[in-house]
Amino acid sequence: MGLLDKEFGESNVVIAKVDDLMNWARLSSLWQLGFGLACCAIEMMATSASHYDFDRFGVIPRPSPRQADIIIISGTVTLKMATRIKRLYEQMPDPKYIISMGSCSNCGGPYWEHGYHVLKGIDRVIPVDVYVPGCPPRPEALLEGLLKLQEKIRNESLRKIA
Amino acid sequence: MTPEEIFKILQDKFPNSSFILDNELPTEAYIVWDGSELPEISKFLRDENTLLFDSLMNLSGVDDDNTKTVKDEEGNETVEPGTLCVYYHLHSMKLDHKVTLKVSVKKDDPKIESVEPIWRTADWHEREAYDMFGLIFLNHPNLERILMPYDWEEGSYPLRKDFETPEFYNGMKIPY
Repeated sequence: MGLLDKEFGESNVVIAKVDDLMNWARLSSLWQLGFGLACCAIEMMATSASHYDFDRFGVIPRPSPRQADIIIISGTVTLKMATRIKRLYEQMPDPKYIISMGSCSNCGGPYWEHGYHVLKGIDRVIPVDVYVPGCPPRPEALLEGLLKLQEKIRNESLRKIA
Repeated sequence: MTPEEIFKILQDKFPNSSFILDNELPTEAYIVWDGSELPEISKFLRDENTLLFDSLMNLSGVDDDNTKTVKDEEGNETVEPGTLCVYYHLHSMKLDHKVTLKVSVKKDDPKIESVEPIWRTADWHEREAYDMFGLIFLNHPNLERILMPYDWEEGSYPLRKDFETPEFYNGMKIPY
C-alpha cells in the first residue's frame, strides 16, 4: 500500500517515486473543514467520534478553511448557504477535495421539486470528487466515500498532463 | 376560560371592533377579528386579570388563496386581490387557558400593526411572516427578511399561492 512494501536500502534509505510519496502523504492526512449543514452532519459527527473513528484515516476537523484539505458537504444546501460554501471553498488552499454527502447535496434530495430555497446539487457551485448516496448515509457509507477519495488521490500525479 | 367566554369579554369591552366566533368543528374555536384597535386589544389580552395571556405561542401568516378574476358584462377582467391573514396563538401560563385569533388583510395592501411591543417573541415571528407572505407589520423594530437571503428579489414571497420559483438566484440555477 504505502512505503513499507518498497525496497529498503542498507542505510535506511527508502526508495520511492515522488508521486507515491506525495500521494501517500496527502491521502493519509486529509484534514477536514469542520462544517456541518443538516441531519447528514449528525452522521458525519458520529463518523468522527470514537466508534467509527475518522481519525484513523487521518481525518481531523479543522476550524479554518485555510488549514483544510477536504470539505464534506453534509446536508441540504440552501441558496443562502451556497454563496457561503463557495467562499469557504475558495479560501481552502490547493490541493482541495470535496465529498458531497447525502441526497440533498448530491441533487437536492426531497427538495428537488418544490424547494424554492434549495440548490439542486452542490456540483452546480463547486466541483465534487466523491458523491455519497443516502438520506442520510450511514457512517460506513461516508467511510467508503473517503476510501474512494483516497483511491482517487493515490492515482494522481504531479506531472503536467500533456 | 373557553374561547366563547373570551369572545364575550372582547365584544363587551371593545364594541367598536368586530369579532366573530368561528366554532365549527373539527378545529378548535377561534376568534375572527377585523384587526382594529390592535395595540389596545392585545395589551388588554395580556394585562386583564381574567385573561393574562402572557405568552404568544405562535404567530403565523396564511395565504387564503381567494384571489378572484371577475368579468363584467363588457368582458373586462378585474382582479380581486383576495386576503392574507395572521393567526395569533395565545396562552396564559398563569391561568392555563388559550385562544386563537385571526386577522385578515387585503393582499394588495397587507399592512397590520405589530404586536412586538406587547409580546417580544413576535419579533422573529413577524419577520418570518413578512419574509414568507409579505405582510407589513407597522412599527416593527426591524422588519427584514429572516430566512431568505437579504438580497432575495424584492416583492417575491415564497409561501404566497401565486409565487413562482425564479430561474436563477445570483447566477445559480434553481429549478431541478
